[in-house]
Amino acid sequence: MRRVFWQGLKILVFIISLVPVSLLLYDAFTDQLGANPIETLHFRLGDWALRFLCLGLAITPIKKMTGIKELVRFKRLLGLYAFFYASLHFLVYICLDLSFSMDQLMDEIPKSPYIIVGLLTYALLIPLALTSTKKMQKRLGQKWRRLHRLVYLIAILAVVHYLWLTKIDITEPLIYMGVIGVLLGFRMIKFRGLQ
Amino acid sequence: MKFQKIPAIKSSEITEQSIFENRRQLIKLAMVSTVGLLVPTPSMAKIYSKIPSGKQSVNLETTDFKDVSNYTNYYEFTTNKQDATHLAKNLKTDPWSVTVEGEVEKKGTFFLEDILKNNALEERIYRFRCVEAWSMVVPWIGFSLADFIKQFKPTSKAKFVEFTTLYDPEIMIGQKTKVLDWPYVEALRMDEAMNPLTFMATGMYDDALPNQNGAPLRLIVPWKYGFKSIKAIVKIRFTEKMPVTAWNKMAKKEYGFFANVNPEVSHPRWSQKRERILGASIFTPKRTTEMFNGYGEQVAGLYSNMDLKTFY
Repeated sequence: MRRVFWQGLKILVFIISLVPVSLLLYDAFTDQLGANPIETLHFRLGDWALRFLCLGLAITPIKKMTGIKELVRFKRLLGLYAFFYASLHFLVYICLDLSFSMDQLMDEIPKSPYIIVGLLTYALLIPLALTSTKKMQKRLGQKWRRLHRLVYLIAILAVVHYLWLTKIDITEPLIYMGVIGVLLGFRMIKFRGLQ
Repeated sequence: MKFQKIPAIKSSEITEQSIFENRRQLIKLAMVSTVGLLVPTPSMAKIYSKIPSGKQSVNLETTDFKDVSNYTNYYEFTTNKQDATHLAKNLKTDPWSVTVEGEVEKKGTFFLEDILKNNALEERIYRFRCVEAWSMVVPWIGFSLADFIKQFKPTSKAKFVEFTTLYDPEIMIGQKTKVLDWPYVEALRMDEAMNPLTFMATGMYDDALPNQNGAPLRLIVPWKYGFKSIKAIVKIRFTEKMPVTAWNKMAKKEYGFFANVNPEVSHPRWSQKRERILGASIFTPKRTTEMFNGYGEQVAGLYSNMDLKTFY
């Protein structure tokens, strides 16, 4: 019974996580992305990548605080959704914003270093997504744990990317910085205090 | 042309003699025609649908009205381009007056209504390029700034023209935040202001300007980045010294006084070589930005002795 409940909840989370991309597709087909649709797509996908990253990072602290061990089941799911939204964010930039133009990328990078930070953040996510299966986890053993600690660096880079590109009103990136600060801070306390 | 300095009673509010003398008859007529109100009438016509096209207008396909009117940088209300549309609805643009001061013979405060009566309106289709690397093509309705300025007889000391936006934090709620040092101020060198391209807009798309697009009176300088084209103007001051402008004060390195559209001079944080065309499909690549936004023939001469990399 318990098993069925958690299994059902996992399917539910899986479906709910597809809502943001469905809404984006709906808006795209009904011409509701506004005057600058590429920017809207790009920003909203970036926002969701960051949100799923935060959700994934929140699992362990919540599990520790509540003692609900089953929460661990959602970690990989949320992490992979962060990767999914980050991939779409990356693809919109390369395919639509740049129109695959290498020239344009080369013009943009020197003036906008946050692009490099963004690309690096995405590159670091790839090995984590590729080794996310149970099989890989078993095969890599201790190495897997070390490798997946990269997610802390990824979270920091993602916020730096957001903060750096924001023109003037930095309220939102600061909120994310706060959330990620708390989530990473929890782990520091854990390392120092409990081990 | 003459301006009447009568802030006490608007000329529109003075009853004409003939109306006064026939008032009884008119009241009767009004009572009869009230019946007419019960009959449905067609929706309000656009107020500037019969305005002729100006010489400086360019023959370009215009951007959709819905895109131009729902993607505005109006930090007086919010830093969000979509939210400005509904927040700006609270602004009352009638009555409106503009104060003219500084190095001019004819100082004073003038009702917009009189200004619009005394300046021939025309339509000008211009490309508008934002410093944020997007552009649109807008059919503005308004009048030439040069013709307007001449009416105030600037003195020989007038080297710059400074414009100021309304300051009213109760309505313009963005002014309660410190994103910029309010009120918004922009300025032009006198020869830039007197260029035939420089325009004062009060309408667009055959109708009055929507509030979020700068109603009731804004500047349009098509060869400069959009932030120079100040909105909701309440004051025009002629000065001898170069005025301190809002964005320049906020970030000198990022927003120069001249702010001419220039693909060769990048913003410190992004390239200006290309621009996103508003309203285009998601598969349309960016457009290559033109020097002076394509108006080089008319304005390059203004800067012939200047290094545009230094004076960006």
